[in-house]
Amino acid sequence: MKSVDYESVMARRNETMLSALGLDYAPFLQHPVTFDYEALMAQVAYSLDAVREIQACAGVGDTALIELRQINRLVRKLAPKGRGARIFVKDEAANPSGSYKARRAALSLHHAKASGFKGAVAATSGNYGAAVASQAAMRGLDCIVVQEVFDSLGIGQPEIVEKGRACEVYGAEVLQLSVGPELFYQFLRVLEETGYFNASLYTPYAIAGVEPLGVEIVEQMKAATGAAPDAVICTHAGGGNLTGTARGLIKAGASACKVIAASVDLAGLHMASDTDFNRKHFTTGHTGFGIPFAGWPDRTDVPRNAARALRYMDRYLLVKQGEVFYVTEALARLEGLERGPAGNIALAAAIALAQEMNADQTIVVQETEYAGAGKQPSAQLSFARDRGIDIRRGDPEDEVPGTSVVIPDHPSRLKLRDVDLPRVRKSLIRKAKGMMPEGSALNQEDIDFLAAETRSVPQFVRDCLKAMSDR
Amino acid sequence: MKCKTGDWVRIRSVILAPHERAASIPDETRAVPLEMRVKGWLVTQEAAIGDKVEIRSTLGRGYHGTLEAHNPPYGHDFAAAIPELLRAGEELREMLAEADGEIA
Ligand SMILES: Cc1ncc(COP(=O)(O)O)c(C=O)c1O
Repeated sequence: MKSVDYESVMARRNETMLSALGLDYAPFLQHPVTFDYEALMAQVAYSLDAVREIQACAGVGDTALIELRQINRLVRKLAPKGRGARIFVKDEAANPSGSYKARRAALSLHHAKASGFKGAVAATSGNYGAAVASQAAMRGLDCIVVQEVFDSLGIGQPEIVEKGRACEVYGAEVLQLSVGPELFYQFLRVLEETGYFNASLYTPYAIAGVEPLGVEIVEQMKAATGAAPDAVICTHAGGGNLTGTARGLIKAGASACKVIAASVDLAGLHMASDTDFNRKHFTTGHTGFGIPFAGWPDRTDVPRNAARALRYMDRYLLVKQGEVFYVTEALARLEGLERGPAGNIALAAAIALAQEMNADQTIVVQETEYAGAGKQPSAQLSFARDRGIDIRRGDPEDEVPGTSVVIPDHPSRLKLRDVDLPRVRKSLIRKAKGMMPEGSALNQEDIDFLAAETRSVPQFVRDCLKAMSDR
Repeated sequence: MKCKTGDWVRIRSVILAPHERAASIPDETRAVPLEMRVKGWLVTQEAAIGDKVEIRSTLGRGYHGTLEAHNPPYGHDFAAAIPELLRAGEELREMLAEADGEIA
């Protein structure tokens, strides 16, 4: 029998992951840094149309695109004359499990079933677990979700608890863990025990499953306004949402459309801290995932991550927790849409961005998610208040994550805060340089790869490398 | 409370004791064990909260651990309205009403 202590299980991680994926990563692991990303994506053996058909059979996709007319009037009132782009939202809450994650799960589980797996395992904090469980249920596959839920006192914040409940409702066996990255160890043990499919968020299937979202945006915007949108804003965490959407936009011919990431600013809170765990009022779409994944995508449960957001990101905006709660209220009150937190992160950024853009331009917020018990501001902020977080009106700029939530006292308080993308790019390049064995240098092919990885140009990469070796 | 075979229960077990935990995590996390909770049908004949028991999950997989709860409620709900947000909603409505006729 194999030993199942921490070191032994972690030492077998590569073989365990590989046998649970039904994909051959060997061609993409020959060089420490450089690989053919498009060839990795081409491992998906289905055309875009075939993907759409597979998803349609599973009730996924083809969601409504809604113009936010009241919010757009508000934006026009706040914006300088001639400014105020029109905002539209893609109502992804209409997917079977209530979020765009159903798109990622649908293609992955189709592939798992086609490859003969009897079940699937997902390590996820939430919506994706529900999506995998839902898609597994449809296909008669078993589903196990390994989820970080509680702090050491056994307390979980309401949205996490809701996400766990959703997984159970779709028939998943849910292993609920206390805080810590060693969740991955338990995940590997389950894969070893069951031989089930690793329904990773980061396979080419999981990303190709999002591409139709980008395509639908272009089709629906053309029908509604006669043109593709000028900007699409994606709530960003691990980067699959943005990567898949951007690839779909390009496939639909909208290469000029700006792709913008948005995350909630949780600066100062540690993602692996038992005591910070319940002081976050967002469970995804925050900087705790968004910044590290933008700067280095290969930190996941697959050997090469197919979600490579920095390749597609034109801009990266941060919003405050209080701003998102405010915008959630605005969406309900002004548009009659009660939706969950994730999409409203991008919406908060869109309201600020629209005021900078011209009145004849358009922005698409590319998702909503469902609102159930635990997901509302009422649940989150009541829980926060009980735990001593200061909740008040004012300037969200004064918000301190883990200590306060500042709900804007006026819509003009919604602000654009740019992440310094050149810095993120440099940090990726530095890390790549560090991956090279002693004595070997990055050649022209590697530099071209890093330029593509960072949405920059070879000269930028060379300048960064030079600055690093001069120091 | 006594639980009997076939009851839907939740158990708890330790996956990693503090000394077995990863070196890279914050001190407050390494000070406590990594724990797991899972629900299933009680296999053990009769047990009280705190007893060592065996369960079968909904997929039929077996788990051992300490019996923690009999059919525990999820516990989360909508909680209470947030007055700060209610006021914000009213203000936004007013702003739009005032803007009627002002903007296209
Ligand atoms: C509803 C929803 N939107 C957006 C995201 C962010 O997606 P990604 O992690 O691919 O960046 C998530 C994922 O956690 C999500 O569940």
